[in-house]
Amino acid sequence: MRGRVFFSGLILAVLVLFTVSLVIGPAQIGPMESLRSLIAGDGGPLTLVMREIRLPRALLALLVGGSLGLAGAAMQGYLRNPLADPGLIGVSGSAALGAVLAIQTGFAAGFALGLPLAALAGALAGVFVVLALAGPRGTSLTLILAGIAISSLTGALISLVLNLSPNPFAANEIVFWMMGSLADRSMTHVWIALPFALLGAVLLASLRRGLDALTLGEDSAAAMGIGLSRLRLTLVFGTACVIGASTAVAGSIGFVGLVVPHILRRWVDARPGRLLGASALGGAAMVLAADIAVRIVVPSKDLKLGVLTALVGAPLFLHMIYRTRREGL
Amino acid sequence: MAVAGEDPARPARVVSLNLCTDQLAMMLAGDGQLLSVSHLAYDPRSSAMAEDARGYHKNHELAEEIYLLDPGLVLAGRYSDRATVSMLKRLGIPVAVFDPAYSLDDVRARITEMGAALRQQERAAAMLRDFDTRLADLQAEVTRRPRTAIYHANGYTTGDRTLSGQILLAAGLANVASEAGLSSGGVMPLEVLALAAPEALVTGTPYPGASRSEEILDHPVVETLRHTLPGTRIADHDWLCGTPYVLRAIEDIAALRRRIEQEGQ
Repeated sequence: MRGRVFFSGLILAVLVLFTVSLVIGPAQIGPMESLRSLIAGDGGPLTLVMREIRLPRALLALLVGGSLGLAGAAMQGYLRNPLADPGLIGVSGSAALGAVLAIQTGFAAGFALGLPLAALAGALAGVFVVLALAGPRGTSLTLILAGIAISSLTGALISLVLNLSPNPFAANEIVFWMMGSLADRSMTHVWIALPFALLGAVLLASLRRGLDALTLGEDSAAAMGIGLSRLRLTLVFGTACVIGASTAVAGSIGFVGLVVPHILRRWVDARPGRLLGASALGGAAMVLAADIAVRIVVPSKDLKLGVLTALVGAPLFLHMIYRTRREGL
Repeated sequence: MAVAGEDPARPARVVSLNLCTDQLAMMLAGDGQLLSVSHLAYDPRSSAMAEDARGYHKNHELAEEIYLLDPGLVLAGRYSDRATVSMLKRLGIPVAVFDPAYSLDDVRARITEMGAALRQQERAAAMLRDFDTRLADLQAEVTRRPRTAIYHANGYTTGDRTLSGQILLAAGLANVASEAGLSSGGVMPLEVLALAAPEALVTGTPYPGASRSEEILDHPVVETLRHTLPGTRIADHDWLCGTPYVLRAIEDIAALRRRIEQEGQ
């Protein structure tokens, strides 16, 4: 009963934020008028604004937020470590490196899915390296250290590639790939991200039973018929799909996968399987809210989403490190 | 060593550090008077005189290489690297600093100033006469100014108080950026561009290598405007600097204006 109320509340929050996101923008249009021209569509400039600017932006916030929340919850469930966030452990960074390489080499312009595929390949490499370095039960220390190393390396390589680009604008875009933004995106970006995000979501959702069983320990999970190597493989591919898809279109947005599962864990009785769905909804709500905030706080500047999520997430992260130390891990 | 004419005070071994002073100096300097221009002057995308620049030594605006050229005069822009300029001054090299041009009057002033700095006042006066004649021919009487949007990478637009805005006005067009309160230029969000409903669209030409900043010029909103409105893609080299090449930019935009009026009939 409590669970049903909780999930209904999350869905309601996402719906409300999605609608608010649709009616907010630099052009002053009445909320009712804007929603009417979105649905009815008279071919005028208002419809163009609603369908080609605001709708893709809101849809991408939903998609990217859901992906980040889901990936965070899945990795934390698998590693049984609350500090595993795709941004912190370098997976987003390596996805961004893949995307930047695809754009600068012309691979992304070559065919439609070139960009998300390259970001997926980058994310895949990132997850593999992190899991290899951290081991099956990554301790907080090795996990965070591996994340710092990968993030620094991918950040440096992104800067290098963009500084070497013949395009005078490229070097200024380092901050986009590091902090993320949904400004000026179009339905094209929704269509290239959607298939991979959905595939990843299906893969990660299939882990529900496995992650629940894993809370009892690896031996018990194996005794319950959970194939650990298969679970691991599914997790790696699922995470790479959702993070690759969202980073390719929005850059890397940190801390969503850390904050959302942390807040929602107590509401799902700390069951990692149920936390997956809750975190996907919570992540969508958080990114929608952040994207609304960047448009209200400094409407004339493209404030990056990662700035807001880090302002919320980093203090929580510090608190969690402090608590981890007290627990002697 | 080249002798710069009969005027003994005429500076020799002139080195220019700024794309705009590069071009004015190439146009006004006497034979052998100008020694070096900045590397930007060699880039055909930003420089209207990339071919001419090949005849000069290429510099990268670094104090060390400039000092080693032993210049008699250095030409710099107001926004040239201050550390470089102040170091050259400390080393005792005369530096003439030029403001950017924000209007056609500024263009005239820069030509005069460059003539004075190079001691080529007669050439500068001749250039001014030519400039005024050509400008007078271009400035047609207009009864109606079609509302035009200039749109660049990152959604950047230029208003009436910029050289690009003045080029637009001189060609007989009105600028929607100023309606949106961006008379000095700034970012015009896509939504504002779409709702401004301009009659013509002027966009920049993309640079090689991809960038997210320029993706906005292929956004469906801009694509729709480009397909439904008369418009043109402008080349940066005629628009960036206050030189007589702005007349070529005005000619291009005046041609666009004639197209708008024809399609409107």
